Amino acid sequence: MQIIENRTVYDVVIVGSGAGGGMATKILADEGLNVAVVEAGPFFDPADPAQQTQLKWPYESPRRGAGTKRVFGEYDMAYGGWEIEGEPYNRVDGTQFDWFRSRMLGGRTNHWGRISLRFGPRDFKGKDRDGLGENWPIGYDDIKPYYDKVDKLIGVFGSKENLPNEPDGFFLPPPKPRLHELLYIEGAKKSNVTVIPSRLSVLTKRINQERGVCFYCNQCSRSCSVYADFSSGSCLIFPAQKGKGQVDLYTNAMVKEVLTNEEGKATGVAYINKEDRREYALKGKVVVLAASACSSARILLNSKSAQHPNGLGNSSDLVGKYLHDSTGADRMAFVPALMNRKRYNEDGVGGMHVYSPWWLDNKTLDFPRGYHLEQWGGMGMPSYGTGFDPNGLNKFLGEKVGGYGNSLREDVKKFYGAVVGISGRGEAIARKDNYCEIDPTTVDEFGIPVLRFHYKWSDFEKKQAKHMHDTFEEILTNMGGILLGDKPGADRNYGLHNPGRIIHEVGTTRMGSDPKKSVVNEFEQLHDVDNVFVVDAGPFVSQADKNPTWTILALAWRSAEYIIQELKKQNI
Amino acid sequence: MDRRESIKSILLGTVAGGLLLESCGEPAAEVTEKIWDYQYGRNAKEAAIDRALLQSSFFSEEERQLVDCLANLILPPNEAGNITEAGVVPFIEFMMVDYPPFQLPMRGGLMALNAKANRSFGKAFIASTEEEQKSLLDTMAYPLEGVEEQPQEVQFFSLLRNLVLTGYFTSAVGIKELDYRGNTPHVWDGVPQEVLDDMGLAYDPEWIAKCVDQEKRNETAVWDEDGNLLT
Repeated sequence: MQIIENRTVYDVVIVGSGAGGGMATKILADEGLNVAVVEAGPFFDPADPAQQTQLKWPYESPRRGAGTKRVFGEYDMAYGGWEIEGEPYNRVDGTQFDWFRSRMLGGRTNHWGRISLRFGPRDFKGKDRDGLGENWPIGYDDIKPYYDKVDKLIGVFGSKENLPNEPDGFFLPPPKPRLHELLYIEGAKKSNVTVIPSRLSVLTKRINQERGVCFYCNQCSRSCSVYADFSSGSCLIFPAQKGKGQVDLYTNAMVKEVLTNEEGKATGVAYINKEDRREYALKGKVVVLAASACSSARILLNSKSAQHPNGLGNSSDLVGKYLHDSTGADRMAFVPALMNRKRYNEDGVGGMHVYSPWWLDNKTLDFPRGYHLEQWGGMGMPSYGTGFDPNGLNKFLGEKVGGYGNSLREDVKKFYGAVVGISGRGEAIARKDNYCEIDPTTVDEFGIPVLRFHYKWSDFEKKQAKHMHDTFEEILTNMGGILLGDKPGADRNYGLHNPGRIIHEVGTTRMGSDPKKSVVNEFEQLHDVDNVFVVDAGPFVSQADKNPTWTILALAWRSAEYIIQELKKQNI
Repeated sequence: MDRRESIKSILLGTVAGGLLLESCGEPAAEVTEKIWDYQYGRNAKEAAIDRALLQSSFFSEEERQLVDCLANLILPPNEAGNITEAGVVPFIEFMMVDYPPFQLPMRGGLMALNAKANRSFGKAFIASTEEEQKSLLDTMAYPLEGVEEQPQEVQFFSLLRNLVLTGYFTSAVGIKELDYRGNTPHVWDGVPQEVLDDMGLAYDPEWIAKCVDQEKRNETAVWDEDGNLLT
């Protein structure tokens, strides 16, 4: 079948429209460049009533919000999940990795937790502290100006705390804590665990006339119809379309490979149009991959040519290697003092109002690197699952469990808002033998070879999860909580979630100054091909105990400025 | 309900309604609109799947009546709301096709319950007196203590109770009864003082000083060069 070529030669072809792709689009288009954005899913605008799920009631759907089709519940704004029909992936050697993809304009930024933490000075130089992993080739001072600019452009609430590894920024004021968060603050302080206002990219205050201000519906995971939270489409791509440059969106366009010429330089990309299932080619002077860490690795590895027989940018054989996700574990508790609560609207922002950054020194611990604590609870909107096991908690009160009749109504009302939970999210050590690679046995429904994963947690991560659970128990007990469920032991990896479940996967095209030990340089430019960049989380050398988005955005901005400078100098 | 009535009820019900009416010459889309007027942000692929699900049924009329009867025993009508208002039975039927692993335990569980009623009282569950019905439910409505694997009938009842309760408390009447106050634009400005007092809690003034002044939420943020908010 013939490949259909578009005659336009774009200045830049950007693959993916999430955090990295959105930021690159905004910076490059604002400079007046002609940009193509190629997105594997459909167009999405949270303000479009036909696509909107914000403020819907559970009874507006026949499944009442159940997660049978969208894994985080049907109103969650991710078109995708850990499994996507027609787009499989495999695992080898009995190892586990779960790969979450969201196929839509804005990608996973439409539903993410909006936790927007800067990496601190220590996070870029982990190896200096414990000899593990690798240092980043850049430090906090290199990226700080970009974090500052991201704060101001996109908006993040938080507070100045002067903590050594939790840099302050240009914050909007945080919301007041909710009731369960006040209990958490007290419980954490009893255990000498630091607690500060959380840092989320939600507009508690106006930042411009284009975006609205948070109206506290607790539904950031549904993507905000007044653009009061950060989603890449509403905050970066749409504004970029109104700017100086030309932004052409190609949606439902699944990129297969980067095309190269005889000199081995990139000339554009080939993609499959999901609607007509035909292959197209787009030309660009520069190609920016922002398809997500594993998807960008897949595209590079599938871009084999005479000049790049091992895949594009892969002379080091490191594309796909050093894959790592945040560690994660959770625990919940029943707080009897929160029974029979007085009702009021405590929806708040879509996430926690307070959190605990890492507070300990690893010198006294049996694992490296830290974790932060998030917490949840409250009188949230009922959804599928509300009322399940309506009086199971009665067993803690010495009352009857089970039965039927109108006493069940009273049980559900009594326990509403009385369960709280804590989640730990921590740093794993990047290892070469945790990787994704092309599976020679399988293609997806578009005929593109798929990935297979090899990923094992080490004792470092398991011990960290064990420590998380000790902390959960202590704080939840301090809060007057009765712990629910069993404390997971060694047989269950101390409750450590499978890699991929925290959806912070990074490291597959890691950054470095030595082309033998890394895939991209500090400007996220392939060592092997100077007109190809990777601006998602692939270049992360290490994923700190912070959420990756703010660092993706800051790095993408820095790299986009470098692209502009190099184009002006005619270096690329 | 005789057979003729049950056909009528199917016509007014979920799925077969669409198909049968369609054969009378009405366009399918219009019929579907009439029966299920859901607008809940589906993408094209999801909308197609849901359309198909909404046009398929699971329960026989006899099963549907039994589920309705059981749902009313689990949550009898009162002044706050009832099973019918909450749309519990159509919701349970939808979940059967949306999540096929429910199908076998549900269908088999209903059959086993009827068999038990027949053996005990010589008639179907639905035809038994309320007292007789409750005497059967009493044997399955309470989980056995200290037992890892609950018997089938306890599991069946638990599944049904879960679906009835969640169906009710995710409905408009159920949410009103639960007295959930949110899902509406408002301005969060802290826990009400009386709740703090009841709990013996207080906001730390130092913490509150950092928090948003909701009076100034619409003033555009301006910072000094050290990141201090000026507005």
